[in-house]
Amino acid sequence: MSVKESKSIQQVLFSKRWWILTALILVIFTLWTAEFQEANTTAVLAGTLRHSTPLVLGAMCGLLCERSGVINIGIEGQMLMSAWGGFMVASTSGSLLLGLFAGIAIGMMMGGVLAGISVGLRGDQIIAGTVINIAAIGITSFFFSLGRTLPSGKTQVIKLGPLADIPVAGRVLFSNKPITFLTLLLIPTVWFLLFRTKWGLRTRAVGEHPSAAETVGVSVIGMRYLNVIMGGGIAGLAGAYLSLEAVGSFERGMTNGKGFVALAVMIFGRWNPVGAWGAALLFGYASAVQTQFQFRDWLTDDPQFIGIIPFVVTIVVLAGFVGRARPPASIGQPYSRE
Amino acid sequence: MSSNTLALEATSISKTFGNVKANDQINLEIKKGRIHALLGENGAGKSTLVNILFGLYKADSGTVKVNGEVVDLGRPKDAIDQGIGMVHQHFQLVPVLTVAENIVLGKEPANRANVIDIEEAKKKVKELAENYQLDVDTEATVEDLPVGTQQRVEILRSLYRKADILILDEPTAVLTPQETDHLLQVLKNLASQGVAIIFITHKLREVLEVADEVTVMRNGQVVGSTTPSETDESGLAEMMVGRSVVLRVAKEESSPGETILKVNNLCVHDDRDLLAVNDLSLEVKSGEILGIAGVEGNGQRELVETITGLRNAKTGEILISDTSIIEFSPRQISELGVAHIPEDREKHGLIGAHSVADNLILNRYYKTPFSNKGIRQQKAIANYATEMVEKFDIRTPDIDTPSSSLSGGNKQKAIAAREFSHDAKLLVASQPTRGIDVGSIEFVHQQLIQQRDQGLAVLLVSAELDEILSLSDRIAVIYRGRLIVTENSAELDRNRIGRIMTTGSDST
Repeated sequence: MSVKESKSIQQVLFSKRWWILTALILVIFTLWTAEFQEANTTAVLAGTLRHSTPLVLGAMCGLLCERSGVINIGIEGQMLMSAWGGFMVASTSGSLLLGLFAGIAIGMMMGGVLAGISVGLRGDQIIAGTVINIAAIGITSFFFSLGRTLPSGKTQVIKLGPLADIPVAGRVLFSNKPITFLTLLLIPTVWFLLFRTKWGLRTRAVGEHPSAAETVGVSVIGMRYLNVIMGGGIAGLAGAYLSLEAVGSFERGMTNGKGFVALAVMIFGRWNPVGAWGAALLFGYASAVQTQFQFRDWLTDDPQFIGIIPFVVTIVVLAGFVGRARPPASIGQPYSRE
Repeated sequence: MSSNTLALEATSISKTFGNVKANDQINLEIKKGRIHALLGENGAGKSTLVNILFGLYKADSGTVKVNGEVVDLGRPKDAIDQGIGMVHQHFQLVPVLTVAENIVLGKEPANRANVIDIEEAKKKVKELAENYQLDVDTEATVEDLPVGTQQRVEILRSLYRKADILILDEPTAVLTPQETDHLLQVLKNLASQGVAIIFITHKLREVLEVADEVTVMRNGQVVGSTTPSETDESGLAEMMVGRSVVLRVAKEESSPGETILKVNNLCVHDDRDLLAVNDLSLEVKSGEILGIAGVEGNGQRELVETITGLRNAKTGEILISDTSIIEFSPRQISELGVAHIPEDREKHGLIGAHSVADNLILNRYYKTPFSNKGIRQQKAIANYATEMVEKFDIRTPDIDTPSSSLSGGNKQKAIAAREFSHDAKLLVASQPTRGIDVGSIEFVHQQLIQQRDQGLAVLLVSAELDEILSLSDRIAVIYRGRLIVTENSAELDRNRIGRIMTTGSDST
């Protein structure tokens, strides 16, 4: 019996050999880039989490929309508008909390715009998203004024008591800023909502086969509005993270393609919040390593070369690993009864 | 509770689409615990009527009473609340969800925080399945289930909502003969438990087998009501079509000529890379019809796809008039004179978004007179299409209508028009009459016989045993990718074929 069990463990190890190998390589690579120093290792891992936060938020926005059948390529624009709006409100009122709420509210409004065009008016979803992206760049640039600051400064680090003093892990996981903590809570929450509640089941049904949902009395239009607006709120949180927590000010085009990388993260995570988190950590890791390279002065003769690392990872991952991912069946198709 | 109380009563229902009267002053009475067959050709207005009863369409006029009370059926939800359930022709199930999730969707057992109690859901579904003897695995994902089982899930979904009036829109169109028999048994069961059943079909044998009452519709009107004991197949067919119909095509003895198709020791894999066609050999001569009988999924699809060039053979050879086509592309095979009526006309037979005219020249659009140096010749195409539409009686508003808006029978006629006007030597016809009405079936059958008499070799694959028996000159029975017997049709009777189809053995 015990022989059999140990054999099955070997089998498990064998069947997961590529994952184990990848993990080992990642660990060694991390230690190597950190020159085997505790402080540096912590920095790489904390950087990973920091870079992954807006990506996983953007991806959750995307998957809430797509699970209900609406493609949202306007995440970038929704994030940018919220980053700007959140910053303006926070810098005017002096309250970061008000800024955060403003960011979320603007994200929801942008979600409402997308839902109005693509669900209400049954317009093309790709065009609706593109309109949001272009409008966001224009509006935020037009109303942007130099020299504004946050009177209260950026959001402050919160330490979770003694947990935060654990070497490496404590620093990375239990000593973070508020929106980062909120994101870590939001990931399992969205997962639970999506896969364990009435709302989640109906959302998935609407995204896969809307007429089937309609024939059992679920309102397809209503579910789509709800999801796209909620998704917008999460993209708004991502925007507020950028201006209020990561940078502490607003810059033109500060989202810098994160909304699009978030779409890749969503797909790589197979439209699942937990999967998206894993994917976001991978992209975050690529960005963190890039930063370490710059600190070490490695390859800095050609800074563009290091700059493309996260994007190369995006392309390799999308081309190589996502083959079997299957999007919700009805995405992109406007729904109308009869 | 007498079995003669009315469950549903529809009075003077009318509905107009554009200038077509889809329903014209329809009256219908459905009794509790009875199976009521609604019979009619495609386009007769049956689906419109039941869609009104289920709240999917709104009637222009008329009233519906459920259990004696006038009800307003504005949305499916209203119909569900009145105890009306519907099994749709195209299943309304979410493929990626489980059986239990599909059944409880929209009426999920949940706690106050709206968290679904999935164990409770499974328990309820299991109880229901046991009550009505509808066996399903509650944890299976719907897309992995065979069509017949998916249909059971649809029925259970209605019963879960306490439906006591169940509408089934052409439920047997997609089923194998075994699944059909099972469904008919299920319907009898349900009726005996007091459920009123509205059963739409155009298969006459099924009507005679299970229906208690029959209402026949034609051109949006009710043309008659009867009971199976008062009529027979040809009587019903006549009511449906409005003229007498030949249910069994008359045909002369065949006079086979040279061998057109020769398949030697063919092995083919299916999509999961498992052996589907196993060392199969056959021959079809000019001027004869070889029918392949078998339960679906025994390698028929893979065989047809290999002969028409859509799938690669593993080993073996296929000769068409002594030319090996193993390495040929579908177009090269088509140019050799092979016509193909595919099993799934929506997916492989027509390009739905393209016009009827473009679909009629799909196998020749690149040739003169339809193309001149790569430029489409609109006039030639239009003339040809108009001629074909007339010759094959394809009912379409005009030749520029997208083919997806035609009815099933007319789609099939369009495919037949294309393939029969092709100077073909060999026709590979797969389920040529699946889900189409009696009038169109008669037409397709007559065409097949006529083409045979002009020297066409026909390989007919069908899950309808009646079709195989009435058309074939020789019959081969396929089981797990092998041909078990191949004999002249006179030598094989219904029972023997059925036995070989299901057991793979000819011994009694």
